[in-house]
Amino acid sequence: MIKLIDVYKSFGDNHVLRGLNLEIEKGKTTVIIGRSGGGKSVLLKHIIGLLRPDKGQVIIDGVDVAGLNDREMDEVRKNFGVLFQGSALFDSMTVGENVAFPLREHTKKKDREIRQIVNDRLRAVGLTGVEEIMPSELSGGMKKRAGLARAIALHPQVVLFDEPTTGLDPVMTEAVNELIINTQRDFNLTCVATSHDMQSIFTIGHKIAMIYEGKVVAYGTPEEIRKSENPVLKQFLSGSLEGPINMI
Amino acid sequence: MRNLIVALDDLGRSVLRTVEEMGSILIFFLSVMVWMFRPPLRLRLIFKQMEFVGVKSLFVVVLTGTFTGMVMALQGYYGFRMFSAESMVGSTVALGMTRELGPVLTALMVTARAGSAMAAELGTMKVTEQIDALYVMSANPVKYLIVPRVIASVLMLPLLTIVADFVGILGGYFVGVPVLGINAGAFVNNITMLVGLDDIYNGLVKAAFFGFILSLFGCYKGFTMTGGAEGVGKATTEAVVLSSISILVSDYFLTAIMF
Repeated sequence: MIKLIDVYKSFGDNHVLRGLNLEIEKGKTTVIIGRSGGGKSVLLKHIIGLLRPDKGQVIIDGVDVAGLNDREMDEVRKNFGVLFQGSALFDSMTVGENVAFPLREHTKKKDREIRQIVNDRLRAVGLTGVEEIMPSELSGGMKKRAGLARAIALHPQVVLFDEPTTGLDPVMTEAVNELIINTQRDFNLTCVATSHDMQSIFTIGHKIAMIYEGKVVAYGTPEEIRKSENPVLKQFLSGSLEGPINMI
Repeated sequence: MRNLIVALDDLGRSVLRTVEEMGSILIFFLSVMVWMFRPPLRLRLIFKQMEFVGVKSLFVVVLTGTFTGMVMALQGYYGFRMFSAESMVGSTVALGMTRELGPVLTALMVTARAGSAMAAELGTMKVTEQIDALYVMSANPVKYLIVPRVIASVLMLPLLTIVADFVGILGGYFVGVPVLGINAGAFVNNITMLVGLDDIYNGLVKAAFFGFILSLFGCYKGFTMTGGAEGVGKATTEAVVLSSISILVSDYFLTAIMF
């Protein structure tokens, strides 16, 4: 349902994506791995239309979204939820108002109904009794949960996770991984996550894609990725300094 | 020769940068205008900003207005005394406040208080991806964040200016009449004789214009900032400097046109 065909993107002299091809399978979790600054977040931003490719196509449900205007893109985005790296909760609103935000913006539901959905979504991510709390009072892990509750408020088909476990302690990392797995299964979501946390990658991914030098250099199931003989992938997974990956 | 080329190169770069920034401000201005007239109006957000820009600036504006009126009376008194025209102090304070100092000082104080906060808040929202979050939730951030701030500033600046004018004249009266011993009747009579409604209205039009400038530049700098915490600080400083200079420069031209 999501297909990136020959996508190029540069920022000045920095050629981030250089002819990237990737197909995201429906109802599965695809994890994008690669070096920091290697284009993982840029790729996610192309899928959600925050960035437009210099060249190439981003096909969502058969439509090339690179050519859509803002209003048409807004319609496409309603099928998407995004969990940002820092959760991106609005700090001027309570947690409850944050989760209610997409519902108030895009549905004509009554207050009582919205409150019900907010409670349901917060319960689904394991948070209760935090509706009236401001995001600044939450811990990092709780923010991720609240961010995910907001991302799934409108019951989207696709949820994008930008480095969901970065900056969390190992226990919280495991909790967030489990949360992603459960949410993906319960809501039958297509998920795309970026990560360089080895534990997460193999726990949550049905498919894994490795980006290197602006292209997908390896793609497959966790098993296939583990067994791969691709030198770039092997070096990345082992964290070795020796190998083809250019350190500069 | 080489030095000349380097100097020309620097000059060219800075001209390009300035022109680029002016173009980017113009595009920002146009997008604010487009979104301002697109429904829905989002009254709740506008009221919230009106409270922040207006109500919460009231104290500082009252303080500034009062002391400005007081010092004008004091300074004016020593000048007018030379010509035995002390009773003119009242009208000088009133004209000075309504035409110039009321709107300009109010705008500068609100720039320092609210314009800087707009840049810092939007800048922080950008750093923490909250602006991206608005985009992905199909809520345009210009409509959601900037339009309410601009509308609130345009509405509240004239109201704050009225207060500044009033307390300024009151401060002038307090220093002029009880402290310096100017005749109360002459003080007030001169004001009513020499200050017309036009003086007040034109001051309020200026104030609305300044409200537009300070909110537009405050939001622009925050919205287009780059970099992390340092970028937020830089955006805030630039917003205050750009707004203050623009207020003072445009004040001259507005005065030239209106009076």
